[in-house]
Amino acid sequence: MIPLGWTLALSAILFCIGVVGVLVRRNALVIFMSIELMLNAANLAFVAFARNMNSLDGQIFVFFVMTVAAAEVAVGLAIIVNVFRLRETVFVDEINLLKG
Amino acid sequence: MLPWLFLGFAALLVATAVMVVVHRNPVTSALFLVLSFCSLAGIYLLLQAEFLGMVQVIVYAGAIMVLFLFVIMYLNLQHDVETGAQIAVRRGIGWMVGALLLLFGFLLANRGWAPGPVAAQLPAQDGGNAAAIGRVLYSRFLFPFEITSILLLVAMVGAIVLAKGRPASESEGA
Repeated sequence: MIPLGWTLALSAILFCIGVVGVLVRRNALVIFMSIELMLNAANLAFVAFARNMNSLDGQIFVFFVMTVAAAEVAVGLAIIVNVFRLRETVFVDEINLLKG
Repeated sequence: MLPWLFLGFAALLVATAVMVVVHRNPVTSALFLVLSFCSLAGIYLLLQAEFLGMVQVIVYAGAIMVLFLFVIMYLNLQHDVETGAQIAVRRGIGWMVGALLLLFGFLLANRGWAPGPVAAQLPAQDGGNAAAIGRVLYSRFLFPFEITSILLLVAMVGAIVLAKGRPASESEGA
């Protein structure tokens, strides 16, 4: 059996890569992909704990997270398409309508 | 055998995730993301979550990434222009924050975590992991499961309304 610490460490690394992606990139689509990476890191932690505790509840929760992620991606990409139509760009530092 | 498989999948996962973040071309980023989702599905298989492994491949690597690729092609993006002092500073800060967060995570990782197994083994697995999940999903979690269908419906309607754009007659003030 795989130790719990290994999977948790992998989950932490994956989450941090996602955070770096959100902070470093300017392309809204790539930022969105990094958010997906972070969601998957959380899912991995859920599955690891479910395995460790011999319970199915964690896996059920991951199922729901995946559903919400699918809904989020559909709406988020529609918003990005709309922003692109309005501003002709998807770079987040050029979308500064609310900048004071 | 199992730990080596895990380490292999983990290395592939981390490498492809880093490539998603650092690659200039969004299409290549998306394809690396597909690869990282597939290796995550492999890790799910190793953790005895076979159903989730399959769902990961079908929903994430299949549906969600196809949506991403369609939008990337639809928007016809050029490569990111990543030069200039301001962007370099921001990139440095981003990597630093990520490293700090990772350090914090590893500091926390040394605590006692899970209270230990709640059962001697995974609940009734006859018929496989998918059957066991279905049994729980349609009994204890029936209400959240049904709410999820409403969420998906709302997301579908919202995405269509957002992506459709305004009809030409409406903008003329009709």
